[in-house]
Amino acid sequence: MSESGDISVQQQAFDLAAEYVALRERAGDAGAIVTFTGLVREIYNPQVQDGVAEESPIQSLFLEHYPGMTEKCLQDILEQAAGKWPLLAARIIHRVGKLNPGEEIVFVGTASAHRQAAFDAAQFMMDYLKSNAPFWKKQSTADGTHWVDSRQSDADAIKRWQ
Amino acid sequence: MLNIHYFASVREALKRDRQELAIPDSVSTVAELIEHLSAKDPAFKTLQQSSNGLLVAVNQTVVDNSYKLSEGDEVAFFPPMTGG
Repeated sequence: MSESGDISVQQQAFDLAAEYVALRERAGDAGAIVTFTGLVREIYNPQVQDGVAEESPIQSLFLEHYPGMTEKCLQDILEQAAGKWPLLAARIIHRVGKLNPGEEIVFVGTASAHRQAAFDAAQFMMDYLKSNAPFWKKQSTADGTHWVDSRQSDADAIKRWQ
Repeated sequence: MLNIHYFASVREALKRDRQELAIPDSVSTVAELIEHLSAKDPAFKTLQQSSNGLLVAVNQTVVDNSYKLSEGDEVAFFPPMTGG
């Protein structure tokens, strides 16, 4: 099922409707298509001070990545999913560079005969992508710029698949 | 020769994005490379001791510190990933 066109790392925005149509065409007789879209939030990572979350809205987010390794990791995640569930098609798009609040940052799409496989495979791919693919977020707020810390909850999310 | 790449907060802390290094006699594993780089650059030592964690990839696959390096390897140091 896996083809090199299944993953994209790109600066430009993606077209959700076109991605859905492409998945549908490639999947043939699918009974379920799951699409997930991740967005840049305005309140991203509140800094907790004295037990109070300081909500400093982000002005922009910069996504750095490791060209070459990123593509390899995404392809590997997709192939692992295809090995675990009977997928008819799958797709990962991750944007890099400067993004503004409200913009789409990541897309995961899966197609299968039944919904459970499509849902589970999409969750699996997102869980692995967050902690295993070499992307790093830097946020800009009125206070300056800083790198987003990794979250234990993201690292823990992988464990349920092991 | 090793081609070493640095990303994100690691790149900023070291003020460089890459370097080439002839493999020193004292280095055969990733742990020994970290020791060598820490001795050469206090900024690297600080990174290595930070609680955030320093990840290492060799030829674009994450490895642990016991990994044995070879001539021509592409080595990368970076913080935990925060994609998605």
